[in-house]
This record gives sequence, C-alpha cells and structure tokens, in this order.
Amino acid sequence: MGSCGGGDAANDEPRTAMSCSWSFTPLGEAALLAEADTDDHVAANRAALAAAAALAADPMPGLSAVVPAIASLLVCFDPLVRSHAAVAERLRVLLAAPSLDGPSAGRVVRITVRYGGEDGPDLEEVAATLGMTPFDVVAAHTAQPLRVMMIGFAPGFPYLGPLPPSLHLPRRATPRAAVPPGSVAIAAGLSGIYPAQLPGGWHLIGRTALRLFDPYAEPPALLAPGDLVQFVADRSP
Amino acid sequence: MITVLAAGPLLTVQDLGRPDARRYGVPAGGAIDRFALAAANRLVGNPPGAAALEITAGGAELAFAGAAIIAITGGDLGAGRAGRPVPCWTAIHVGRGEHIVFAGRSGPWGARAYLAVAGGIAVPPVLGSRATDLAGGFGGLAGRALRPGDHLPVGAVPGATLSLGRHWPAALRPAYGPTPCLRVLPGPHGACFAPDVLAALSALTLQVSATSNRMGYRLTGAQLAYTRPCSLASLGVVPGVIQVPPDGAPILLMADAQTTGGYPVVATVIGPDLPLAAQLLPGDSLRLVPTTLEVALAARRAEALALAHPLDADEGDLLAALAGGN
Repeated sequence: MGSCGGGDAANDEPRTAMSCSWSFTPLGEAALLAEADTDDHVAANRAALAAAAALAADPMPGLSAVVPAIASLLVCFDPLVRSHAAVAERLRVLLAAPSLDGPSAGRVVRITVRYGGEDGPDLEEVAATLGMTPFDVVAAHTAQPLRVMMIGFAPGFPYLGPLPPSLHLPRRATPRAAVPPGSVAIAAGLSGIYPAQLPGGWHLIGRTALRLFDPYAEPPALLAPGDLVQFVADRSP
Repeated sequence: MITVLAAGPLLTVQDLGRPDARRYGVPAGGAIDRFALAAANRLVGNPPGAAALEITAGGAELAFAGAAIIAITGGDLGAGRAGRPVPCWTAIHVGRGEHIVFAGRSGPWGARAYLAVAGGIAVPPVLGSRATDLAGGFGGLAGRALRPGDHLPVGAVPGATLSLGRHWPAALRPAYGPTPCLRVLPGPHGACFAPDVLAALSALTLQVSATSNRMGYRLTGAQLAYTRPCSLASLGVVPGVIQVPPDGAPILLMADAQTTGGYPVVATVIGPDLPLAAQLLPGDSLRLVPTTLEVALAARRAEALALAHPLDADEGDLLAALAGGN
C-alpha cells in the first residue's frame, strides 16, 4: 500500500510518497490510457479518481471524456486541439496529486439490500465456498463502506471495493444469461450492482430496489466514481 | 415527416453520439461511419452532428410526407426512387409523397448508408444526443431500431434550398473499398503476446464474423495466443480498440462498445480508418497494418480538412441533381 499518489486523508494515512509509475499508451490518435505499474489497485484507483475529479473541475480544452477505472485512467480528446504530450504531462501531474477532492469525494450512499433467498440465489453457495455462514457473509459485506472504484461494463454499473479478503472468490464458472436488475453481487475482490437485466458472471448475494441508472434523470447514474457505498441488510419480513 | 415503410435488417436514428456520457458507463454510440454522417449533414446544410438515418445493408423504404432536401452518403446500398437510382454524396430534392428505396449492396463493398434531411431528424435528445442506444433502450425513436409504420419528425429548415446540388467529391471521402487496410497503433498490452504480434497480424487477411454488430466485430483468420497469463483489471476502451479474449480471436470494438473492457488490447484502429471498418458486413475481409502516431495525426488532420472543404454547387452539379430528381 501507499506506493502511488492520491492518498485520502479521511480514510487512510496520508500518502505523500509517489514511487508508483504510470505507463501512457495511445488508444488510437484521440485517446490516452494511463495504467498504474503496480498490483496495489487501491492506491492506483485513488490516484485515478483524484485525477478524474481534478479534470472534471478544471477541464482541458479539447477533452471529450474521462473514464477512471480500477487501476487506470482513460482520457479522450481532440488531438488537433491538445497534443498527446500535453495530455500526458497534465495526467502525470494529476496522478501524483496528494489528495482526493471533487464534488463527490466522501459522499456516502446507503443502499438497503435484501440478502439471500430469491434475491441472492448464490449466498448459500458463496458462504459454503468461503467456509463462512451466510450471516457472516452479509456481516462482512456490510461491515464498512466500499468505494465506487469505477463505473463500467453497463450504464451505471458500479465496481465497489476493496472487499475484505474473507469475501474474495473468483467469478462463477458459468455466467448467467440474465441477471435481474438490482442484483448485488461479488467476484474477484469487488462488489457490483446490476442496474438492468444483463448477462453476468458474478455471484448474486442480494438485491436492492434502488434504481441505479435512468437516462432521463440528472445525473443519470445514482453512483459516481469516488462515492462510498454502505450496504445495509434489510431484515424486514 | 418521414414514414418508414420497410426497415431492412437494421435502421436507426444516429448522430455523433454522447462521448461525455462515458463517465456514466454509457457507450458513446452514434453513427458507425462518422465521416459519412457528417458529410451528409453538411451537404444538406445541417450541423455535422445532426441526427440522420443509418441504413444497414439495405432493404429500407422511406416515404416523405413533405418536400425535403436530402443527401445519401456512406456505402452504396442501391438508393433509388421510382425505379431509378438517385445520386449519392449529393444534396437532392425529394418531392412530397416520394419514396426512397435502398435495394441493397450490389458492389464489392458497403454496409451502411446515411440519409440526412435538411433540418435533421427531430427526435428528442437523451443524454445530449439523439443517437439510438440499442442496448440501453433510449435515444432515437423510443430507444429502438425503426420498424415499418414509424413516423420520424423533421426539424425546421432555415433556407436549406441553397444546398441543392452540392456534391461531395470522391477524392475527399475515406478510401472506401473491399478488403480495406486499417491502420493500427500498438496497444498497451503487447507484452501479453508474441513480440512480433503486430507484424504477424499485418500479414493476415481477416474476416468479419457473423456474430458482429454495432458493439463490435469478431474477427476470424487470426489466433493471437497469450504468451503469459494476462488477467487485467477492467479499463476504459474506445471504438477502434482490438481486444483479445482468451480464445485468441480478436474483437474490433465499434461505436456501441461498452465503455470498459477487461481483455488485453493488442492494437487500436485509428479514427480516420474507422469509416472503412464501418462499411464491412459479416463475411467481408480486412487487413490491419501498423502505423505511427505521427501518421495517425496526419490522417486526422486530412480528415478534418476534407470534412471542412468548401462546398459550392456548380451549375453542372445542380443540373444533375435536378435531373436525378424528376
């Protein structure tokens, strides 16, 4: 931990060292991908989120899209307005920025989940695989807020993490063709929420009634990168 | 108003998409052949990103309730009216009640034609764009592909008759043709593959498989094995990216691609060559040739100049347009 820039003083020790490096690769002539050369995805993600927030607050001319991801940051731009070198230089500075700020920093969203049963058909199997009781899986999933590390895969789909190590397990061997909307799932050290009926290979442990994506709402996605999600178990009958 | 009488395999409302909505996980979407869309719009006096119709493979028939100025660009899908071909890449007049029919491709290339109408297709914008997001079910007309019986509103036209007869010269179009050579920049994950992967790839002729759609083309004819385990955290991707799943068959991402992906990216097709890919149907072939960022930027500049070139109808064009219209 602590090898990349972008420390978050509110939740962790301040990070001032910046020993982690970033690789920059053009994705075509109009996009630049910055990838962290580290296995410390938490620190890399924090830096990517901080840089994305800074770009949103103070956009560069010619910028068309900024997509932070688990350990990377994609910036799309008009190369006839801004050179690759200029974009890379700005990202280098931002990825070394010491703090996470921006409008959504620290925002905590409580999401009530009905765990198990029809709402979470994989909960029993997940518990058995992890050597835990279903109750303990729910307790671990609701133990502390999870960071929205990225939005991707489908409109409004949040990648939440990091999960406690006790909940780490690979994806299902066979993906489902149709996961019901609102399904709360875990896989590969992360949690996710399916905003719509979608194919999916994560383990379904519960379901929320919240709508995560509505193209006619402002903003259209309930969650933004950098938000914190606190899952709450709904124990009502 | 335009009424859809036949839709063919896929007929949609498209504009230049919603790139900014990527941050919500929404595909940028929009026309697959962005050059052809922008050119069609310029020909009829619209802003380049006005909404137009994307006709896929042919089979469409459209009826115009009122007189209109239209332009048809992109692939030659056999556009005609009253049994006679209409000139493409030209602003033409359509009379009240006339039908435009797309018989389908007859030449060796062409997959998507664009029909722009002066005033634009006036469906309501969603997330800043009128483009149809087929997976999300929003944008365009009711968020879906068009079907027979649909009525499309046309926007108001401020003096667009001035554009009649404008023609887009062939020399200022993308280098459309069969088996196009798509220039690629090396991707970020070349280390997952053999060191000469791009050279090996460029020696092959690839085919667009039957499972391809607006999200991406599965390419057959190449088997790009990982030379080491390559498990990646999901990362942002763009149309043009060529990602390689563990089965080794590359996927070329197109306009409706997801905003993020988890497979290694071996290369990215440069933007100015994506219109060439847009004109491929399943079964068509293509080549991938490595290039440099300098060449890609020069191609981008050339594309911008072509899209902005002075458009003036001369008398010959105007006569041809009128002759084609009666």
